Amino acid sequence: MVKKERIARVLVVLFVFIAVLIFVVGWLKNQNLNADSIQIHARMPENGGWSVTSINAETNQPIHLKLTSDDVVHGFAIGKTNHPAVDIFPGEFVETTLLFDKPGTYTFYCTRWCGVNHWRMRGTIDVRGEGPLVTNPPPAYLQLGIDIDTEHEAEVIPATDVSPQTGSLFADDLPSYVLDQETYFSNSPAKIWMRLRAEPTLSELSDQEVWDVVAWIWQKNTSPSMIETGQTLYAENCAACHGETGKGDGIMVRDLPKHDSDEHSTNDPHSESGMGGLIRPHDFTDANHVLGASPALFSGKIIRGGMGTGMPYWGPIFTEEQINALVSYIYTFAW
Amino acid sequence: MNRVDLTRFPKTSALLRSRWPQFLLRAVTLAGFVFTILAGLFGSVVGSHNFAIIFVWIAWWSALKLFFIPFGGRSWCSICPIPMPGEWMQKGGLFSPSGKGFGLGKRWPKKLRGNWLQAGGFLLIGLFGAVTLTSARVTALILLFIIILAFVLSLVFERRSFCNYLCPIGGFTGLYAQAGPVEVRVKEKQVCAEHSEKTCYTACPWGQYPLALKSSADCGLCMECLRVCPSDNIAVNLRPWGSDLGPKSKQSLDEVFLGLVMLASVLVDSAVFLGPWGQLKTAAYEIGSLSWLGFAGLFLFVSFGVLPSLFSTAVWAATKLGSAKTTFRKTLMNYGQVLVPLGLMAWIAFTVSFAFVKFSYVLPVISDPFGWGWNLIGFTGKAQVGQSTPFSIWIQILLLCVGLFWASRVANQISETSKQAFPIITFSCLFSAGMLWLLIG
Repeated sequence: MVKKERIARVLVVLFVFIAVLIFVVGWLKNQNLNADSIQIHARMPENGGWSVTSINAETNQPIHLKLTSDDVVHGFAIGKTNHPAVDIFPGEFVETTLLFDKPGTYTFYCTRWCGVNHWRMRGTIDVRGEGPLVTNPPPAYLQLGIDIDTEHEAEVIPATDVSPQTGSLFADDLPSYVLDQETYFSNSPAKIWMRLRAEPTLSELSDQEVWDVVAWIWQKNTSPSMIETGQTLYAENCAACHGETGKGDGIMVRDLPKHDSDEHSTNDPHSESGMGGLIRPHDFTDANHVLGASPALFSGKIIRGGMGTGMPYWGPIFTEEQINALVSYIYTFAW
Repeated sequence: MNRVDLTRFPKTSALLRSRWPQFLLRAVTLAGFVFTILAGLFGSVVGSHNFAIIFVWIAWWSALKLFFIPFGGRSWCSICPIPMPGEWMQKGGLFSPSGKGFGLGKRWPKKLRGNWLQAGGFLLIGLFGAVTLTSARVTALILLFIIILAFVLSLVFERRSFCNYLCPIGGFTGLYAQAGPVEVRVKEKQVCAEHSEKTCYTACPWGQYPLALKSSADCGLCMECLRVCPSDNIAVNLRPWGSDLGPKSKQSLDEVFLGLVMLASVLVDSAVFLGPWGQLKTAAYEIGSLSWLGFAGLFLFVSFGVLPSLFSTAVWAATKLGSAKTTFRKTLMNYGQVLVPLGLMAWIAFTVSFAFVKFSYVLPVISDPFGWGWNLIGFTGKAQVGQSTPFSIWIQILLLCVGLFWASRVANQISETSKQAFPIITFSCLFSAGMLWLLIG
């Protein structure tokens, strides 16, 4: 009897020990496996966001990342680089290796619309090493002193649809400054219209024909491929709030109050305009709003975000070319 | 009597008499229990990738309802590891009690006897179910709490007090074991009556005296009575399903209450997990929020209000239709039996609705139990959420029909006239229709 009892006790302890052993050995093995890689858990910002938000690296030294999601599908990408975006599925692990050849601070971000605070899922990678530091020149809106927080209603808008083709017929009559990229960048379509309207040489043209000229200038400063790039970026990053058709009615903002220029005051963060003072974005199909803004102003809004709305800052994520492409796409909603 | 006594065959008799097979199974389940707690605490927070969630709430919970109870009554209780550590201390031995155990050996307070606390425990699981069922951490903490509680209680109270009076699963299993096809009974009553020592009662961890055992609800099928009986007077019978139910049996009030709580739970669980109401699901998940309080209120209203009043009305009508001698209380205790087949088949139908769909998660979590990205047996990432097939829908309909037919048959057997059974059958029809709507509609 005593012998049986002893065997029974040994067996129970042994079985439980094996269960614990599997766990402990597995745990240690896991630590070893992950010793040369960084494990990052992606979680919705409400649940904690990225488990690692700051990574230090050296130039030309590969960084191995092991990514997993603790809740919903997320994505991982690095702003201003060509590193392909990686999808991260709940409970599954995906590995990726990063290599930077220029020192600087890079931003990694979530590429999937994981929730209302999706855009807050960001972190930085500090890359140190030889070579010139990747720095960004101050954005144009600062250089030009444009206040991106004020209203920018167009002084004038076209009465009907514009035709860049018709506008191109008057190309030879135009003053040289309007063909300058600088002029395009720092002026709103409405401003350019007013300047052209005031030109005595163009007094023969009807108001609509001057608008056709402005539309042609805008077309000249972009290209079909830029518009296409802008459209793709817009669909991936902007449409969830601004809406696929640019109406400012994306799925993320449908519960927010509409923009009302009379009531909305950007100086008052406690204005009673809904959830946390946030309001819906402007309607890009509203010519009054869009034709009153210069490309520099729009790119400033994209770079810095804010404006009393929930607009994220895209400066660390989009390249200058990408932002220019987005800006030219935004104008297509209003023409 | 239509029964097959397993102790009559040398092989099955040896299997049941030896402590080793059962002991080894319990040792394995204990190790599995510890492993599950570790996986729940330290593994992936994503439920579908954690051994604890898949094994407790898909594999075990389904197996209990689809296999253990319908084919073995309280057979799970006979290999459940939860009382094992406490009993080791209490009896001073794992395998053969030395009699030098620790423990105060107090009797469980009279006021707390019965299935009341078990019903309450089951309600609590339901109220917090949405989180318990999806969070591996919470599941592990509950398992840890349960095993510690069972351990402490066995040091304070005699025998398996936790199993008898607190374990919500014990209440669930015991209730439906009455419909199960296994029973432990004495062979010759006379032999027991003449045996003055009552070794079986002394040995029974459940505090049962086999001679007095009428319902399989209270017997945990541990086989200790069989092993200690000097006269080989204990039978382990295979019997027709539902043998405990009939005119000669009755339920105690707490069993009737437990039966109603189980009906309410299966209705609410079906509504939350299978129903099309997103808001209800969200409310069930947001524990502590106002909407969750609403959900809890609804759950308790169905458990304490809707079902008891509907059933009471049916029983009241049946009392009126019965002979003059019958009282409401007596009728209630008789017809309480109807809730057993009705609830059992509803729970099985509910389980069928999700078990087949989610069973594909089982192999992947064996391959990667902690969700750390392992691939032990090559099944990681192979989980496919299935679709419920027309086949599964027909099975669910069939199961509910069987439940309704079975409940009506029990109601008829109990009733003096078929007219008297009518209100009870109407109640069963209403419940089955509700379940059908939630599962299929």
